[in-house]
Amino acid sequence: MTSPASTESVPPQLSAGPRPAQGPAADEGLARRLRALACTAPLHDLDTRKANLAGEYSVYAMAEVALAAIDLVTLNMDFDTGADHEQIVARLLPRIAAQAPRRPAGEHERVARWVLENLINVGSVDRGFRAVYGTFGPDGVYVRRDYDFKLIEEVPGYGGSVYLRTTDEAVNVLVGALDTDVTSAQIAAEVKLEVLISRGRLADAQLAAEQARYRTVQYAETLRKTLEATRRNVRAVDWLNAVPDMIAEALDHVADRYRHENAILTNIRKARDEAEDPEHKRRAAELVDIVKDCIRRHTQLQSRLLEAGPLFRAEQDRQAFAAPAARSGVDLYGHLVAPLLPLPVEQAIRVTDAYFARGTGLRSPASVRVADLVDMLLSPPVEREHLGAELPEPDLIATPDDSRFSEEQLASAMELLDLEHDAPRRLSGLLADARRRDPDLPYLVALLAVHAASPPVGTAYRQGEQRLLFAVDDGTELDDPEFGGADLIVGTALLDAAGMAADRTEAA
Amino acid sequence: MSDQHAEHAGPRREPDVPLGPPSGPMSAASGVTPADAADAARLVSFGLQPKLMPARDAEYGDLLRRYREEPAFARLADAVATGLGLVVLEVSPRAGMAVTAAEDSVFAVRMGDYARRASADSVDRFLHGLAHLAVAALAFPRPEDLADDGYIGRITVNGVDAFVRQACRRLEERAEERGENTDPASDAPGLEAAWRIYARRSATGATKDARRLAGSTTGIIAKAVAFLTDSGFLQRTGDDSGGAYRTTARYQLQVRDMAGTAAMAELLELGIVPVTDGSATLVPPPDAGDLELAADAGLPFHP
Repeated sequence: MTSPASTESVPPQLSAGPRPAQGPAADEGLARRLRALACTAPLHDLDTRKANLAGEYSVYAMAEVALAAIDLVTLNMDFDTGADHEQIVARLLPRIAAQAPRRPAGEHERVARWVLENLINVGSVDRGFRAVYGTFGPDGVYVRRDYDFKLIEEVPGYGGSVYLRTTDEAVNVLVGALDTDVTSAQIAAEVKLEVLISRGRLADAQLAAEQARYRTVQYAETLRKTLEATRRNVRAVDWLNAVPDMIAEALDHVADRYRHENAILTNIRKARDEAEDPEHKRRAAELVDIVKDCIRRHTQLQSRLLEAGPLFRAEQDRQAFAAPAARSGVDLYGHLVAPLLPLPVEQAIRVTDAYFARGTGLRSPASVRVADLVDMLLSPPVEREHLGAELPEPDLIATPDDSRFSEEQLASAMELLDLEHDAPRRLSGLLADARRRDPDLPYLVALLAVHAASPPVGTAYRQGEQRLLFAVDDGTELDDPEFGGADLIVGTALLDAAGMAADRTEAA
Repeated sequence: MSDQHAEHAGPRREPDVPLGPPSGPMSAASGVTPADAADAARLVSFGLQPKLMPARDAEYGDLLRRYREEPAFARLADAVATGLGLVVLEVSPRAGMAVTAAEDSVFAVRMGDYARRASADSVDRFLHGLAHLAVAALAFPRPEDLADDGYIGRITVNGVDAFVRQACRRLEERAEERGENTDPASDAPGLEAAWRIYARRSATGATKDARRLAGSTTGIIAKAVAFLTDSGFLQRTGDDSGGAYRTTARYQLQVRDMAGTAAMAELLELGIVPVTDGSATLVPPPDAGDLELAADAGLPFHP
């Protein structure tokens, strides 16, 4: 005789004879794996169906493009909205172009759009996918079931625009292994990053930084949902302890991460600037971008957290401190919506139909008189004015040209001041040259030179100008019959446009 | 103020309110003149234009005053409305002559006219009905709000969608906790849970002409609020989050006195008895320390 425990643990069906599945528990695991498998099906499907497209598309690895698209959407998911459709297409293009460099750019874009639309599954009403699988119920009956899922969903954004988000299914199955404790994983990744950078191992550092960013996105998403819940109803969340604690915790977290990531940023910047190897330099520059993105997300998070307190107080005033109403009405959510949603749809529809029939008010039925109808049908269509009403001829009055200098004079002055960057000149010489050309010109030249004494460096920098006129006073007196003051040194400075552009993107 | 007027509202009037002695130009003894009947019908016709404000129309205001001051005239106007197949909800300066269509009236709105697709597809019909219910639930989140005559609800299209989606997500989580397989059997689509229908319909979608995708949930909700706006139930206040609206007195009456009770009756007939103990649905989450739960608890209430 064996121990009692072992007899208990033996499932009854094992002794009852062979069965196709080991009961509901085993079947549940199977169902879970079937669903996970189903999530990958749309990707395989892309490669199967590319043969049916008009044109020769077999060079493209569609599954690869699709996975890249899902990664891109996940990374670009913003706090409020999601990833922009056009932006995702644009970022997919380099990869697609690399797959078939000889093909025209238009075709690359078509492929990008085709893949993205198929991931959204634009053709179906639900814009989703359905897989059918079978399980054994507790009573041993085989049931076929529908599994509906989405990979990329479209969500409303600001001003009626549509953004893309990856669904949980896509993240879990296709981005992979993200279902971990967000905070601790992030701390671990960042510590690792710091160590890696301090040892100069940039390749590993980049991998760690990208992982950290995935987690940052996930963390921000969790908090966004919390704050949305707070906005909807004060009493849905515990404002006495839980939420204030959570906000304090989150603010601490933001402050902490911000410090941390700024430190990392300084380190990588140093690494970027000091690196000799161009490959290292590029890696470090990419890392700078990733860490900056993390910082941006934290800043966003912080501003959300600060909004929460005032919002709570305003809602508290409205909801809790008003005088109680004399009689209580129907609790629409608690009595209707909440009990309705778990019902099977064929029962729920009776309730919604009853609500619709009495909740929509009235419509006055439209009716036409036969006489009006005949008139309307027989009257010839009004000819549309294609171009609209004629515009009145505008009555223009020529304004007198009261400019002090003419265009030619300006051109001539600019030509004089178009100096070689390594050969600055004295203002006195320029004035003498100008006087030889035109007696009025010295005034313009003097004016431009004085202007150049305080050159608009900031503007030129922003506009990416190549060169800039400047004037410097070295203390020499100007000896001129018409003008007095300092004999300025006027010259042209070359600006490093490319360097400035790089700095600008970094600053942005 | 409006309470007093509500007492005068036809259907709610106590049966023992004396109809005579004559209290105005129209005497009970001499009977009704055609001019009185015309005035009563005129008042009802004002009530049929739900967007018309009594404060903006002198004649409407005068007739309303007459309704409140002359019980015999009030009875006449109620009779005209009843004869046309209308139900009088309230007659007051704030709501005007608030009438609504009786069930089989020519004024009733039919789902087939409302959305063509919905008449053929029961899933779409359900979503349209749910959209109307959800708009009301978010406009009047607490029972007190529905009861308080001065309350003005504010909703946005995206807000309604988010609120229903959160409710669905919560049910999904609960089903997962219990280890239920909620995927419906392929041969019995009618047994699919209502929340799943909503959850798997996409929230929005890009269309070629930059309009809202009509079959998406925000498209369905936008249709509902546009229709309610035409019915004089909502007023558009802005464009943020897919369109912002506020409620009118008429909407509150319609939901409180007609739709809410009708839907409740249907639910009770299905054998579902919602637990009612005053403010039962407005409780904080059961375990306050569970912050992870708060992250997804977008519900206004935790039933």
